[in-house]
Amino acid sequence: MAELKRAKPVASANRSDERPHPPGDYDVVVVGSGPGGLQAGYCLSSFGVAHAHISADPGPGGMFRRFPIFQRLLSWTRPYAPYERTTRYYESYDWNSLLAEEQENRSLMPGIMDGISEFPSRPEMERNLTLFAEKTGRAVRYDCRWTGTRRDGERFVLETTDGEYRARQVVFAVGMADPWKPPTPGIDIVPHYAETLPAAEYAGKRVFLVGKQNSGFELAEGLLPWAQQIILCSPRDAKLSVVTRSLVGIRARYLQPYEDHALGGGIYILNAAIERIEKHADGWRVFTRATLGGADLTLDVDVVIAATGWGSPLGDLAELGVATFNQGKLPVLTPFWESASVPGIYFAGTVGQAMAGLKKHGVPSNSGAVQGARYNARVLAAHIAREHYNRMPPRPPVAAKDVVSYLLSEATHGPELWHQRSYLTRVLSFSQEEGIRDEGILPLAWFVDAPGGEAVAMTLEHTAEGEIRPAVYVRREGKVEEHVMPSDPLLDFESAEHRKQLRSLLSGLPGVRG
Amino acid sequence: MNDSNRDIVDTLAGLTLFGDLSRPQLEAVAHTFDEEWFGEGQRILRQGFTGTGFYVILEGEAAVRIDGVDRATLGKGDFFGDISILLGEPPVADVVALRPLRCLVLGGPDTEPFLNSYPRVMYRMLQAVARRLRNANQWRS
Repeated sequence: MAELKRAKPVASANRSDERPHPPGDYDVVVVGSGPGGLQAGYCLSSFGVAHAHISADPGPGGMFRRFPIFQRLLSWTRPYAPYERTTRYYESYDWNSLLAEEQENRSLMPGIMDGISEFPSRPEMERNLTLFAEKTGRAVRYDCRWTGTRRDGERFVLETTDGEYRARQVVFAVGMADPWKPPTPGIDIVPHYAETLPAAEYAGKRVFLVGKQNSGFELAEGLLPWAQQIILCSPRDAKLSVVTRSLVGIRARYLQPYEDHALGGGIYILNAAIERIEKHADGWRVFTRATLGGADLTLDVDVVIAATGWGSPLGDLAELGVATFNQGKLPVLTPFWESASVPGIYFAGTVGQAMAGLKKHGVPSNSGAVQGARYNARVLAAHIAREHYNRMPPRPPVAAKDVVSYLLSEATHGPELWHQRSYLTRVLSFSQEEGIRDEGILPLAWFVDAPGGEAVAMTLEHTAEGEIRPAVYVRREGKVEEHVMPSDPLLDFESAEHRKQLRSLLSGLPGVRG
Repeated sequence: MNDSNRDIVDTLAGLTLFGDLSRPQLEAVAHTFDEEWFGEGQRILRQGFTGTGFYVILEGEAAVRIDGVDRATLGKGDFFGDISILLGEPPVADVVALRPLRCLVLGGPDTEPFLNSYPRVMYRMLQAVARRLRNANQWRS
């Protein structure tokens, strides 16, 4: 071991000469090489923003280098869809590929999958991200760990294992990578989900899982062939996505333990608060108190695992002034994913879920998953380019005769609107001077509160009844009004009725014929 | 911002709305609601927008604003969004953070099942709504 420890710095020193982005002064620094960091870096380059890109990992992939524990994702990719894989519309059917402008770099995931499942395996996902980094020539300084942060006048200073980086803006794409546990007495010595052993280690064991989110059910499902008994426990009732009719709740592919529980098959799902957990020589004792009726229980088990979620590894950012919430797990963000308390500090990737948006009908965005975060990253990069470097993303003109068709085609096919419902929106502006302009994809939470001229924002929303329908926000004389449109059994919003309604809503805007 | 890291269950235990719940029930409530944070000047409820949630203020202050005029101030323990959810209609007022505002939020569709599960919370909510009605009537007379 001593020899290995001595050998490591030598290997690192040799490699450091070849690595890109040495410590120094840059406009922007991106931290992290998971999907969020790769997408943000790629998009910053696309918009012409010079930046350094560093990562503590030895290669691309982020959390997908190791997780999920049972090695298959929750997000699907349909290799065969109504659209060609290189088209933008195909992205609605592919939740896992990163976005690229070059045709050959788009939709890489379906080309890697082995056809066993529409849910790629973890190694397939890691390969997808590695391939994206290779094909797009993403230059990342790997094995360079961010260790501290401070200010130096107008610049931020990032201390790293390789030296100091100075930048006007920093984009942290560090994932939700810190195992998190609640303050339950005794849980501190309980292994976290991240420390789950190979499934065979649980053969014949009584397993107690703290938590009833997807990670708890993933473990339960994976341990069904091994454990003799599985108990899932948390204070509130388990929500199922098939009941909420949204991505809120336990996903359908992890429902087997739930069915086994309902059928009395050795799986138990408890609604109880855990008072304390004790470790004994021959196992664990868990003390629970019922929350929604039923008895208080004391349970003797062989194994306890805390499937209690993750926090964001924010390092010393709180000391820099970055405000946090949710027990310090998430930073407080503006609609453009900038720290609300320290301008210039941005977040990409799954941390973006800290900006909840309008969350209409209780349905959250997909910012915590690749299919949502990839679009956030592109909007974020465009925002940084526009606001800090005067690099204006294109605002192509739209002919008046095309406005209705364009907005309805976006509602029907636009992947940004599909994946980020009531969160991202296609915005058109209307003025006498510039005519009708496509302002691109923007955060809905920004649009509805920002001052500005006449404009229209097209979104999709998911209602309480599980219905998907277009919602249009029209800004006239500084005031934004919401108009929801009917749904359609085949989710085709390009019907004559939709055209008629939208035409009426847009009537009177500059450049639009009444 | 130090308060943001406090155990949320302790905070809930101090609010009238949840005053009748046991510690395990408070833990269940903390797991049922999401926490959200709003900067000064940020709108939380928007007049005329559908699909709103039910909000309980943990820290900070917010204004109830109708057509740009502030009509009331809300603080710790107050809740809003309830009328819109109960009536199934868009809010008739904006609610705007007057200073940094930390809230618990429950999606509109989850509110009825939540209140059915916790009738004591529903009763406390009725009391608060009755107080609002009484105050409104006094103001008119």
